[in-house]
Amino acid sequence: MSLPLVVLLPFLGALAAPLFAQGGRTAIAVISCVPAIIGLAALYPHWAILADGGIVQHTTEWLPALGLSFSFRLDGLSLLFTLLILIIGLLIILYARYYLKPHENVGKFYALLLCFKGSMLGIVLSSNLLLMMVFWELTSLTSFLLISFWTHKKDARRGARMALAVTGGGGLALLAGILLIGNIVGSYELEDVLAAGDLIKNHSMYPVALTLVLLGAFTKSAQFPFHFWLPHAMQAPTPVSAYLHSATMVKAGVFLMARLYPALAGTEQWFYMVSFTGMATLLIGAYVAMFKHDLKGLLAHSTVSHLGLITLLFGMGTHLAAVAAVFHVINHAIFKASLFMAAGIIDHETGTRDMRRINGLWRYMPHTATLAMVAAASMAGVPLLNGFLSKEMFFAEALELNLPGLWAYLPPLVATLAGIFAVAYSARFIHDVFFNGRPVNLPIFPPHEPPRYMKIPVEILVFACLMVGMFPAFSVGPLLYAAASATLGGDVPEYQLTVAHGFNLPLLMSFVAFIGGLLMYTQRQRFFDFHARFKEIDEKAVFEAIVSQISDTAHTVTAYIENGSLQRYAMLLIVSVIAVSVLPLWDLGIAIGSNGLSPVDWPTLIGVAILVVAALGTAAVHRDRFFALVLLSVVGLLVALGFARFSAPDLAMTQLSVEVVTIVLLMLALYYMPSWTPFETPKGHRIRDILIAGAAGIGMTLITLAMLTQPFTSISEFFLENSKPGAGGTNVVNVILVDFRGFDTLGEITVLGIAALGIYAMLRHVDLTPPPGDGQGHPWTRDAYPMMLQQIARPMLPLALMISAYIFLRGHNMPGGGFIAGLITAVALILQYIASGMSWTQDRISIRYHNVIGLGLLFALIAGAGSFAFGYPFLTSTFDYVYWPVVGKFEVASALVFDLGVYLTVIGATLLALTSVGRLSPHSAIKSTNYKEGS
Amino acid sequence: MELAFAVVIGALTASGVYLMLRARTFPVVVGLTMLSYGVNLFLFSSGRLATGGQPIIGSAETYSDPLPQALVLTAIVIGFAMTAFVVVLSLRSLADNDNDDHVNGRVPEQDSTPQDQEQEGANT
Repeated sequence: MSLPLVVLLPFLGALAAPLFAQGGRTAIAVISCVPAIIGLAALYPHWAILADGGIVQHTTEWLPALGLSFSFRLDGLSLLFTLLILIIGLLIILYARYYLKPHENVGKFYALLLCFKGSMLGIVLSSNLLLMMVFWELTSLTSFLLISFWTHKKDARRGARMALAVTGGGGLALLAGILLIGNIVGSYELEDVLAAGDLIKNHSMYPVALTLVLLGAFTKSAQFPFHFWLPHAMQAPTPVSAYLHSATMVKAGVFLMARLYPALAGTEQWFYMVSFTGMATLLIGAYVAMFKHDLKGLLAHSTVSHLGLITLLFGMGTHLAAVAAVFHVINHAIFKASLFMAAGIIDHETGTRDMRRINGLWRYMPHTATLAMVAAASMAGVPLLNGFLSKEMFFAEALELNLPGLWAYLPPLVATLAGIFAVAYSARFIHDVFFNGRPVNLPIFPPHEPPRYMKIPVEILVFACLMVGMFPAFSVGPLLYAAASATLGGDVPEYQLTVAHGFNLPLLMSFVAFIGGLLMYTQRQRFFDFHARFKEIDEKAVFEAIVSQISDTAHTVTAYIENGSLQRYAMLLIVSVIAVSVLPLWDLGIAIGSNGLSPVDWPTLIGVAILVVAALGTAAVHRDRFFALVLLSVVGLLVALGFARFSAPDLAMTQLSVEVVTIVLLMLALYYMPSWTPFETPKGHRIRDILIAGAAGIGMTLITLAMLTQPFTSISEFFLENSKPGAGGTNVVNVILVDFRGFDTLGEITVLGIAALGIYAMLRHVDLTPPPGDGQGHPWTRDAYPMMLQQIARPMLPLALMISAYIFLRGHNMPGGGFIAGLITAVALILQYIASGMSWTQDRISIRYHNVIGLGLLFALIAGAGSFAFGYPFLTSTFDYVYWPVVGKFEVASALVFDLGVYLTVIGATLLALTSVGRLSPHSAIKSTNYKEGS
Repeated sequence: MELAFAVVIGALTASGVYLMLRARTFPVVVGLTMLSYGVNLFLFSSGRLATGGQPIIGSAETYSDPLPQALVLTAIVIGFAMTAFVVVLSLRSLADNDNDDHVNGRVPEQDSTPQDQEQEGANT
């Protein structure tokens, strides 16, 4: 249980820390230390197992169907990184307490820092690759937020964006790579993946998976050509640079290479991709670091270079090189974090980071200067310091690399050259800052030593540099062995962890690098002049140009497709549907199926003819909108007849009543709209549209014909058999609606209610003035509510209500039911609105239709939930027979309550929609007032 | 019979699609309604065409397929809700856009070019 605790505690701390922000910086710093301290204590008991190469595993199932589990694994490698994250994290918390100013948003800073810590621990401790991916992305996000901590700085925001774009993009590649690996292995658990190394390496997708995973690692660890984001991330507060961008997060990519080393390494592809990338990064970082005037810029490029070194070591593929790589991870984290902190102190005390202005600080801050000089010497690889040891191992490995022919000279050459640069920029860091004359025009003068406690983290780290440098076997020996063993899968080669190996070639290379570096530094003006001859490439400008190019292209494409014309979208949509369906239908090759055609009778044929003429006629005369509407209603009525003709009485009744409501609604809407559609579309477009419509029509005809003449089996046997015995109803359609598929119906009436409420909301506070006449010079009739209509409509209401009640009650056994009865009631009420006007009707029917919808849905829900009371699932229905006097035997089903809900919802929705449109214009209100005066 | 039914669906689709491709709201609404007739008939016909076989137990010897009927019944009602919503949407757009009912993304000023008015005049 301790492993998830270690990962989750920092997140809890992130929630708690801001609460202590009121208590000042010290309080919040103390609270922020708690997760790390508990974490260290929780890990301590595991050390005995890990030292022998053992593994501590914790697994909780999460989404087993996706292969995602909440599983953690602690072995030597993850322990090494966990310790780096926790211990350096503690030092950073202490350091940041003094680095931040009291007025800054300390709560946010510590919360983000702890979030990052938790995410980073998640990466190194996850045993499931998908889970690791989640934490991987979280580090990118927290890094983004921390780089842009000073949100008012434009450069900070841009740097943060760049870091997120590069690492986030790499994260996508990594996710794809992990999915591929998971697909090959059949599991995302690290244990299975590491054991399946040969399977992965022999798989045909191996090169793709490797490339994708390496893209993720290289972007995160700032490898060439993705290295440019790291120097720009230096806009972050210095504790962030020290922690995320030198000690931990940028090592995540390196960690990934170490973690997956048994699964992916050892092939030619791995060797060439990783080692050459590492070599390029090593050299470029070291070269550029030399010419940076910004203190943090120098350190950032040096970090890039050292990350390249570690990558190169992993790329070499020998086990000894991997040990050296792991060793250098430790050493670099220690000396670089202390250097960043020292740089932060100098920035803090002088107000600038420009090395052309900061000179001769030895005089003002000898203590800090001593610490920084030791750390910088370690960076340069001076003997008796930790940097020297791993660099020596690196030189030895570079000599061992067996490349064909003259290429064999390349690695040692590159290594020595990078060594020379490293010595040169370290010398510059020491000499320029602490000696070399006097300070030039410092914003804060004279500089002082920082607060006592601000130096403690630096002191601890520098002490560690010395300890590792002088007593390596004693200080890091066991940890390094455990980590190397975990990286290599237990197969640790012989290596010697001593300060001096005697006089050999690697030592000579160190010597050459040292002399060469110092020489280069003394001759630096020549190099600066040489460097100045080349136009410096501003990566930020290039990056932003590429980004804006991409977004411009995206805009252009979007604007081309999405130009705001519904006409165009509909056209593209329909044409694509036709295009994608042609080929499969062609392959299907059925015109008329094996059932053949049945004979047609004359009445049906006449109906078909009228329907086709009315349908095509609607399109032909659509400019005259009223006429088109009349033809549309003809189509609707004939469709209703068609349902009746082909044995669907329920559908016929529904279609008939819906048709009435639809046409009334469209008439109402047309009142506010122009009654003519003008000629606008060019002729060519119209012909094109006719062709598209024709293709769609012919296509549908063929599909329908093919389907209708095919034999088929239906699942409806079940419904027909069980309708009467199971649900007590003989009208199978209604039984399906209210019983078998009642849940669907509940969803549908909910949609109906929502649509009506949407209509109501859309038309609130809308005032539309209808045109004064029909657009052809005819004014509207003065007789808005004809007397004949009124006289017929009023007595119709009770009659219609009675019929709807009848239709409703018989619905379970005969054609009818809630939908149809609801529509009939709605039509009867609408008729009153049409005949007598809004105000007159509303004075007499003062029902709010919103409530009717709500009531209907409530009934339906109660009917459904009622079955819970009897221990049955939702919407289980029951029925019984009762004997009524006069009526006789009558069936009562609980589904009737559900159907009542349907009935009410349909009425409420229909009338809410129509009355919302009807009350739009103040005009109608005036007329009805006129009427009242008249009556 | 099947051929006649298929032709009906084809005609409804063709008319619906053509109207949906118009540049003003009202024809588009009419087109959508037309298309939903076609779709409803098509779904209904997936239970095949039967004469005198209403799915009411005891009223016929063989029954037509009740399942597509139940689905189409709700489809008709939902189709109405959709038509109502779309037509109200077009009313709202009419109110918000100064009585302009275009759906082809044109700026209203462009509509009243002399040529358009001429064409309109010729039509009426």
